[in-house]
Amino acid sequence: MGYTVFYLSAIVIVPLSTLVFGAFRMDPQAFISTVTSPRVLASYRLSLSTALVAAIFNAVAGFLTAWTLVRYRFPGRKVLDALVDLPFALPTAVAGICFATLYSPVGWIGQILAKADIQLINAPSGIVVALIFIGFPFVVRTVQPVLSELEPEMEESAQSLGANRWQTFRKILLPHLFPALLTGVTLAFARAIGEYGSVIFIAGNLPFKTEIAPLMIMTKLDQFDYDGASAVAFVLLLISFTMLLVLNGIQRWQQKAYQ
Amino acid sequence: MQTNHTQEALIITNPNRNDHPAVQLILILLTFLFFAGFIFLPLGLVFAQAFQKGTALYLEAIRDPIAISAVKLTLLTAAIVVPLNAVFGVTAAWAITKFSFRGKTLLISLLDLPFAVSPVIAGLIFVLLAGSRTSLGSWLGDHGIKIIFSTPGIVIATLFVTFPFIARELIPLMESQGREEEEAAITLGAKGWQTFRIITLPNIRWGLMYGMILCTARSIGEFGAVSVVSGHIRGMTNTIPLHVEILYSEYNYTASFAVASILVFLALATIAVKALVEKRVHNQ
Amino acid sequence: MSIEIKNITKRFPGYTALDDISLSVGTGELIALLGPSGCGKTTLLRIIAGLETADAGSIILEEKDTTNLPAREKNVGFVFQHYALFRRLTVFDNVAFGLNVQPSSVRPSKSEIRDRVEHLLKLVQMDWAIKRYPSQLSGGQRQRVALARALAVNPKVLLLDEPFSALDAKVRQELRRWLRKLHDDIHVTSIFVTHDQEEALELADRIVVINKGKIEQQGSPQEVYDHPANAFVYNFLGNVNVFHGRVHDGKVLVGDHLIEGKHELDLNEAKNGQAFIRPHEIGISRIRSGENDLVGIIRDIRLMGGQIGLEVETSGFDKLIEAEIPRETWQNLQLVKGDEVFITLDRVRVFSGEYDI
Repeated sequence: MGYTVFYLSAIVIVPLSTLVFGAFRMDPQAFISTVTSPRVLASYRLSLSTALVAAIFNAVAGFLTAWTLVRYRFPGRKVLDALVDLPFALPTAVAGICFATLYSPVGWIGQILAKADIQLINAPSGIVVALIFIGFPFVVRTVQPVLSELEPEMEESAQSLGANRWQTFRKILLPHLFPALLTGVTLAFARAIGEYGSVIFIAGNLPFKTEIAPLMIMTKLDQFDYDGASAVAFVLLLISFTMLLVLNGIQRWQQKAYQ
Repeated sequence: MQTNHTQEALIITNPNRNDHPAVQLILILLTFLFFAGFIFLPLGLVFAQAFQKGTALYLEAIRDPIAISAVKLTLLTAAIVVPLNAVFGVTAAWAITKFSFRGKTLLISLLDLPFAVSPVIAGLIFVLLAGSRTSLGSWLGDHGIKIIFSTPGIVIATLFVTFPFIARELIPLMESQGREEEEAAITLGAKGWQTFRIITLPNIRWGLMYGMILCTARSIGEFGAVSVVSGHIRGMTNTIPLHVEILYSEYNYTASFAVASILVFLALATIAVKALVEKRVHNQ
Repeated sequence: MSIEIKNITKRFPGYTALDDISLSVGTGELIALLGPSGCGKTTLLRIIAGLETADAGSIILEEKDTTNLPAREKNVGFVFQHYALFRRLTVFDNVAFGLNVQPSSVRPSKSEIRDRVEHLLKLVQMDWAIKRYPSQLSGGQRQRVALARALAVNPKVLLLDEPFSALDAKVRQELRRWLRKLHDDIHVTSIFVTHDQEEALELADRIVVINKGKIEQQGSPQEVYDHPANAFVYNFLGNVNVFHGRVHDGKVLVGDHLIEGKHELDLNEAKNGQAFIRPHEIGISRIRSGENDLVGIIRDIRLMGGQIGLEVETSGFDKLIEAEIPRETWQNLQLVKGDEVFITLDRVRVFSGEYDI
């Protein structure tokens, strides 16, 4: 018990509070002008919007993948199931250089897209691609267990009462799976807001255009602007904590729903 | 696990529960397409790029002294981080599942933290805490200890990013096992340590092993946090992912992907072990 | 070894699990703590074992106060509802566990441990499974091993928490008789918790009926069954017909019928009362046997093994009366649905006040 508390204080609580207190010690004027400067605001907007688009895409793709993996039997299913975890296990930097190379105008996919005059590299859409990769397993891995522990009786009784497949899905299955889906999507969203390694290679990091908030912190640090970095980080941290609170709320709601 | 078996049987035996074959086919194809674009293509690319200019160049990139020192630093970091997190993970999971105490909810919430906090912030907080500009940092500097832009900083930042992995693996496992076995051991006269060693530890060993492997993979692959605290000193404070980045930004793609391929192997090994562990648990 | 439970109180957030409970258990006794789920009986057992701490009161084992002793020093054997066998250890290692964890100064030698484990497994008829793992055994077999494991450390007392409730009916009955026999052989002071009245009646020397954290009654199975102290005990031990009515001169007026109980009870104070009678205590006949008999019509007949259950409708009672008669009586009387019968309620017992179950 003592070890747990000491460990958490040393590794988590003390360092995090340094950032929070540091931000409070800053001149309020300087703090506000830093976080509301157009370049920083643009980076927040970009981080949030790309994370949101990726999360929504993952809600659909992740759900369908979980559904397919749980309910269908086909060759290669077990391999796919195992590979869902790859984005967890693969270092983000490796993912980053992979996507940057794949989607570059001379890359495997980039070539094809270039013919259609679509460019993903150095564009927000490229960031979204990287964030989809990062967030994907969160959705699959939260929906999958709920889906596989679903009692067949629920569907069977719905069908015996005359509901068709679609009605059964929409009225019985979806409401049951929704809390888990929401948890997974929120996790993916929260993770995507702070993601750095996989994004910077494909983003091109153009100020105002493809500069994400974590990179903003990095840039300020490189210029030895510690206060500026803290200010940007503090706001990002606030957003993350809000996400955690939302997540907690969802989980509590989920528990209540199952009681 | 029992339920899973009956479910599999029911999927096959109850046609009403299965979707139309056409729907199934479309969804399966979509899944494969998604995996092709997001998983198989990147994996294939790494090896295609790495071996683009032949095996000799691949080996040269890996045998490069700077690459080797990056590997050494990465392994050293993992060797420190994983045992510390294992002890933390076991004690935290033990406390959370077998006892009730004040602040338990807070502890559980903290375990979600590294998922939500940007790795860049994870690095930044340690720069703010122990950088040369802070009082703690300068005090440490006076005593000849350097944390930021050196190995200790990399270790601590990695600790922050990976601390909940093992605990999160163990908590659901220990919760599902309940505390009856431990209580039985106590009524038979076993001391706390004996109970833990003979009863609890064997029950959780697979979960613990998987958690440690996941933690190893993450500590080896951590990029953002380490990038902030390392200072990028070549051959001194470079980890494998940082080395990949440097090579890439120098347009040395072949070498970059060659080194990256090591990390891909590690990631695939992690996944394989996970599948194995799950099969083990499933069979029991 | 005797157990003395003195004024034990235990509160959980929101409710009181045990409210000032005192109980003494004599050496070699087999006691049943009987009550509905949530009545506090398991909590009491866990407090005796040291797995839970009481807010007040003390536990004295063999004239030694063990209230604040940690569970591992209490030397009690505990048998869990879901067996709690160590899943990674063989049957042998499970039973040997308590001996193996003793400090080396008092630990028996390897061969002594082996002899003792083999002896115990023979005693519980599980010696054939010595090398197996718990997952390879059935529920009943696991519980036998759990019992052997608890007995291995020569416990002063044996505590069993709903030991048979997770087993199916036939195994439960078999194991229950076997445990009674085992107890007669080894005579270790035992307390077992159950919510199954049949189990308590069949197995225990003495039954302690607990409800809402308080002891309602204690006594031999016959005592509590035949002379329930109050309405709760009457209701909890076996099926019963309950009539609500107004008390008047030691009699209860139910509807327009006056029921006279044979048992004496102080009823002068109460205005409302309840009359209880067990289905098998009701007399059924084709001819009137007393002037107080009721007239009823058989509405349903159920075969219940050796007994026949009758549902009888009578004027003046809003509920059907349930009666049980032996199969032969039923055959002799040749009763069918719709027949008119006379009902004797001589053995009714009357309690004052309304009682919530």
